[in-house]
Amino acid sequence: MRFYEYESKEIVRRAGIPTSKGGFAKTAQEARARAEEVGGPVVIKSQVLTGGRMKAGGVQFADAPDEAAEHAARILELEINGHMPRGVLVDGRVEVAQEYYAGVVWDGLRKQPVMLFSDMGGIDIEEVAERHPDHVGRGHFSNVLPFSDFQAKQVIASVGVTGRALTRLTPILTRLARLFVQRDMTLAEINPLAQLADGSFVAVDAHMEMENEARGRHAELLADLGVGEEETREAREATPFEIAGEEVDAQDHRGVAGNVTEFDGNLGLVIGAGGGSLTLFDAVRAHGGKPANYCEIGGNPSVAKACGLAKLVLQKPGVEKIAVMMSIVSNTRVDIVARGVIKACVELGYEPADKIAIFRIPGAWEEEGFKILERYGVPYADRTVSLNEAAKRAAEAVPA
Amino acid sequence: MSILVDAGTTFIVQGITGREAVNLTRECLDYGVGASIVGGVTPGRKGRDVHGVPVFDTVAQAVEHHGGPIDGSVVTVPPAFTKDAVFEAIAGGVKLVVIVTERIPRADVAAMVEFAAMHDARIIGPNCLGIIVPDVIKMGGIGGPAKDAAKAYSPGPVGVMSRSGGMTTEISSTLTAAGLGQSTAVSIGGDAIIGSTYAELMALFAADGQTEAIVIYTEPGGRMEAQLAQWVAENGDPLPIVAFMAGRFMDEMPGMSFGHAGTIVEGKEDTASEKIARLAAAGIVVAERIEEIPDLVRSKLAERTAA
Repeated sequence: MRFYEYESKEIVRRAGIPTSKGGFAKTAQEARARAEEVGGPVVIKSQVLTGGRMKAGGVQFADAPDEAAEHAARILELEINGHMPRGVLVDGRVEVAQEYYAGVVWDGLRKQPVMLFSDMGGIDIEEVAERHPDHVGRGHFSNVLPFSDFQAKQVIASVGVTGRALTRLTPILTRLARLFVQRDMTLAEINPLAQLADGSFVAVDAHMEMENEARGRHAELLADLGVGEEETREAREATPFEIAGEEVDAQDHRGVAGNVTEFDGNLGLVIGAGGGSLTLFDAVRAHGGKPANYCEIGGNPSVAKACGLAKLVLQKPGVEKIAVMMSIVSNTRVDIVARGVIKACVELGYEPADKIAIFRIPGAWEEEGFKILERYGVPYADRTVSLNEAAKRAAEAVPA
Repeated sequence: MSILVDAGTTFIVQGITGREAVNLTRECLDYGVGASIVGGVTPGRKGRDVHGVPVFDTVAQAVEHHGGPIDGSVVTVPPAFTKDAVFEAIAGGVKLVVIVTERIPRADVAAMVEFAAMHDARIIGPNCLGIIVPDVIKMGGIGGPAKDAAKAYSPGPVGVMSRSGGMTTEISSTLTAAGLGQSTAVSIGGDAIIGSTYAELMALFAADGQTEAIVIYTEPGGRMEAQLAQWVAENGDPLPIVAFMAGRFMDEMPGMSFGHAGTIVEGKEDTASEKIARLAAAGIVVAERIEEIPDLVRSKLAERTAA
C-alpha cells in the first residue's frame, strides 16, 4: 500500500529523521495557513499517487501566503495521470547544498532488505544506478539480528562520503533501516535527502509503501494518518463492483470468494484459485472472450460465499452468462461451489442451464457436484477437458 | 527416488487442531505408504489426539515423545503466529518446514528463512500446499484427499515445481493422463519471498536419479525465473525444463495485484513477456497451453536421448 508524500514524511518524522517544515492542506485557505506557519518561501505540491507531478504543473513555488493559496487552489483542481489530488503539501523551501538519496527495498532473491544510498539525489535511483553505478552504495541486512550503525556507515562510505557528512548521515540511514523493518515497508525512500548550508540534513521528499498483509499490525499508525481500511491504494481505486466483491468475501471466514477486478466484457467469470484464475483469464481472452471481471475462489468457501460471488457477477450490467471454472481442486469442494452458483441463478430468477456457460471444476467431491449440475441441465466438464478447452467453450457460448 | 521427502520421513503438524489441519492430517496418513506423522502441536491442547496423532503443547514435547530428531513440520498456524511456530520447529531440530499459511508479512518470512539458514534447515512456502512423492508420501494438503491425489499424481520421471498449489495438481494430472509420471511435485508458494525457489531446488532434482525432466508453473512478479535461467546457464543445463507462464494479461496492468501476493508487476523485469524471453534464452521451453506440456517434455527427453 502506497502512502502519499505527506503521510510518508510524517512516518519519517516519527522515526526521528528531520524533515523540512510544512504541512498538509485540503483547501486553499488551509494552504495559506500552512504557508503562514512556515513563514517564508514555500513549495506547494500536489498529493497524488502517481509520478510526473512537476511536468504536469502539480508543483509550484510561492513567496507569500496569498500566492501559496492561489497555487493551491489551482493544483487542487488539477488532474494528473487520471488522479485527482487528495490535497496539497505546503513545505518550506530549503537552501540545499547537496542532494543525497537513501532508500530500503526488498531483495526477493537474497530474501533480505537492501539499503541503497547515493550522493547523487533528486533523480530516480534507477537512473543513477545505470549511469553512475559507482555512486550507488548497497548493503543487505539481517531481519533477525538488530540493525547496527556500522552497516549504514559502510554503505555511505562505499560511495566516498566521509567527514561530518558521514557521521551525520549514519543515524538517518540507521533509522530508515529500522523503520523499514518495524513498519513492514516494501519501499522506504527519502529522495532528496538534502544537506543544508549549515551541514545538517533534512528529508525533503519521501516515498513509503507498506505491505498489505501487515496493515493489521500498524492499525494505530494508519488511524493516526487517516488511512481508511477500505483504501486499497492500488494503481487505481476500487470500483463499487469490486468493493461489493470484497464484502461477499468478508461475510464469513471460510475460504476465498473475492479478489474481484472489474472489466467491461459480457462474460462473467467465477474462477479459481490463484494460479487457475490467471491461467483461465488468459485462456478466455486468447479465445476471443470478453471477461466482465477477474476473481478468485478457493480454500473451500461456503455455499453462501460462492452464491454471493456468482450473484454479484450475474447482476453486473452487460453480463450475459457466467463461466464457473477452476483448476483441479484439493480442498475446495466441487459440490459446494455447484450448489452456490445454482442457488445464485435460481434466486435471481434465471434457469441455471441458460446462465452458466460451462462449469469445469474437477477434484474433491466431484461426483456429488456433477450430479447436482446434471439435475439442473448445466453443461459441465471433468478433468479430461483442459482449462484451455473449457475457456474456449465459455468464450464461444457468449460471442463478443 | 525423490527429493526432500521419502517413505521414511517423519514430521509433525503445527496447528494440528485447526479445521484444515485436521483434514490435511487425515489425507497424509491415508496417502501412499502412509505418512509418519509423529505428533501435532497446538498450545494448550496437550493430551488430545487427531486421527490417532498425539497432540502436544510444544515442539520440544513432540521431539521428546518421539525419542529422537523429527525430520519435518507442516505449519498451519494463523499468520500472526507463524514466525514463532517456525522458529520453534527449527530450534527443535526440524530440518524441513512446509509453511501452508498465507498472508504472512514479508519481514516475517525473511526472518524465518534467515533463521532456517543459520540452522541448516529448509523452508518450503509459505502459501504453499507442500510436497508429494506419487504413491509414496505427501507432506501437506497437495492433491487433497488420498483418493483425489491418487487420480492426479503417478510415479515417473518428471519433477514439478509450481508457484500455485492448485496448478501443481492440474499440471501433474495432465502429465499423468499422458502417461508421464512425477518424481516429486513441490508447491513452492506464491509469495514474494519464499523459502525455496526454482533454482534452489534444481540442484536437488539434478542429483535425483529418478528425475529426467522438470516442469515449472510460473507467474509475473519477482525475479525467480531470471534466477532459474542463470542457474541453468551456470550449471550446464543438467535437466530439460518446460515452463508454463500464467497471467500474461497482467502485462497491460502494472501496479495491480492479481492471484498470489507475489504476483504484482512492479518493474520491467517482472512482466510475463520479459520472463518468457529470459526463460527461452536459457533454452527453457515455454508452453502456450497446459495440454502441450506432455508432448514438449517427451520431445525434450527424446532430444537428450538422441544426443
